[in-house]
Amino acid sequence: MKILVPIKRVADPANANKVKVSGATVTHDGLEWVMNPFDEWALETALRLTENAADKTRVGEIVIVSIGPKEAVETIREALGKGAERGILVEGTDAELDSHVVAQVLAKIVEKEKPDLVLMGKQSADGDSNVAGTKLAETLDWPILNYVSHIETADDGKTLTIKRELDVGVQTLKVTGPAVLTVSDRILKPGTVKNGVTPASFEYGDLGDLNSRLSNLKNIMAGRKKPLDETTIAALGVEPKRVDSYVGFKLPAGRSGNTTYLATVDELVSKLQTEAKVL
Amino acid sequence: MTDVLVVAELSLGKIRKTTLSAIAFAKTVAEGTSGEFDVLVIGDGAEDAADEVTGFGARKILTAAIEGDYRCEAYAPTVAEVGKEYGVLVACASTYGKDLMPRVAAKLGAGVASDISKVAIEGGELVYTRPMYAGNVIGTLKVTTDVQVVTVRQSEFEPAAESGGSSDTEEVDVVEADVASRVQSLGIEVVQSERPDLSEADVVVSGGRSLKSAENFEKVLEPLVDALGAAMGASRAAVDAGYVPNELQVGQTGKVVAPKLYVAVGISGAIQHLAGMKGSKVIVAINKDKEAPIAQVADYFLVADLFDAVPALTTAVKKAKG
Repeated sequence: MKILVPIKRVADPANANKVKVSGATVTHDGLEWVMNPFDEWALETALRLTENAADKTRVGEIVIVSIGPKEAVETIREALGKGAERGILVEGTDAELDSHVVAQVLAKIVEKEKPDLVLMGKQSADGDSNVAGTKLAETLDWPILNYVSHIETADDGKTLTIKRELDVGVQTLKVTGPAVLTVSDRILKPGTVKNGVTPASFEYGDLGDLNSRLSNLKNIMAGRKKPLDETTIAALGVEPKRVDSYVGFKLPAGRSGNTTYLATVDELVSKLQTEAKVL
Repeated sequence: MTDVLVVAELSLGKIRKTTLSAIAFAKTVAEGTSGEFDVLVIGDGAEDAADEVTGFGARKILTAAIEGDYRCEAYAPTVAEVGKEYGVLVACASTYGKDLMPRVAAKLGAGVASDISKVAIEGGELVYTRPMYAGNVIGTLKVTTDVQVVTVRQSEFEPAAESGGSSDTEEVDVVEADVASRVQSLGIEVVQSERPDLSEADVVVSGGRSLKSAENFEKVLEPLVDALGAAMGASRAAVDAGYVPNELQVGQTGKVVAPKLYVAVGISGAIQHLAGMKGSKVIVAINKDKEAPIAQVADYFLVADLFDAVPALTTAVKKAKG
């Protein structure tokens, strides 16, 4: 099975409250750059779909693609260190990119690479839009399955049984690939990804607060030597014509007042009745 | 003059209340630009459900009956075909709207303003405000295509009120797409609860990992939820641990709520959780650790062991409410 995993390099979401704005730009001074955690879940899912976890062998291919600045090479290398086979950097700046352009670029990569699946985060932790994956699927005339929490395939993604999390409940679907899948928070719980190769008795451990498996020094070094192609939006024949334009950014108004610390339930009830007037 | 098409959301043949937030947006835009708005009711049972949205001042209610469970591949072609005549297409930013509308936008080559919290009309142009970076940055954007596609955050758009009268209803042709045959729904386990809907409740009580088990959610938290007539929510950690189903997750990747009262029980307050509740009017935290990040947004912080405090609070609330 061949899977394309698009990943975005974002300012560390754990410190999103330290982001600053200035007119029509967002600045990230002093923040670390990391792999978009939503994409990282997709990467881990793709790794599980393309390995025999019991004997730790790879049984498929993962191609990583990132659209962004030169520095995104580091993020791609991180994914290669975790086990992906190849990387592609498409150089582009934030000013050129919106979900429309991203979908066009990814569609060109899909046409070249012909993967069985595209697996990606449902949103980026910075833009929070939730749009690019679905636009990509429509551009390719492929199905889109958003918010996927379970994947089962026994024929390299040609047919898949999927569960996905909707506001109203969990939907189960049968899908004929190739397809674009975005993953939900629950995709990395034990027992959610089955590829027909890893024995059914094998159980992945709980990753806890990690977004994907840890790598070791040997794999990180191996990742440095894996093939990584660089191209540009123009070389792919895509016109970077955005269909939206951000005219400004600001920080949200802080919550008024300070926190009142209370030691007893009686004090709390009294505050809620007389001060907040919500009881 | 901007005409708006509202894409209604159906579940089990009924209009979901999310639709009323999209109608509220449509009214603002139509009134502010001297345009009009129509509502497209699409899905299984569309014709019967159309009656539910007839009294909101729409010029027309359009219906497209498509049998079976929702699939974006089956709905998008019809929405795009009907929608191409409008200036703005809008749905609520529920999982339904966020799944369907980008596909419609791609069909029309349209830009998307996703999960907006506000719309303003400046010189006839629509200017959207939307939270980004888990609510830590507020972006202002314009969409530059002829058709604009919008999803609205339910907690930021008060549901439209009925204004009387009744709109004419018209059936539209369903447009089919081959790609829909590649996606077959085997069912949606719709979760129904006696409690108010999380996205619509005036009071929300959420529990975190500190509750330690599904049983404690039931025995410790639920009595407080019910004493307050509240909806129940949860942190991602509690959902991941399997204590409660995923529909209850509040946060950047769950539901965004803005009730009058939000009670966070045993929730430390990760940035991703704050993103889903910091718009609440009054926030109460109950936590042993007074340094927990939830303090950044809490108005009242009861420093206590939740296993002592919650039952006591439940008793006190019952007494206060008589």
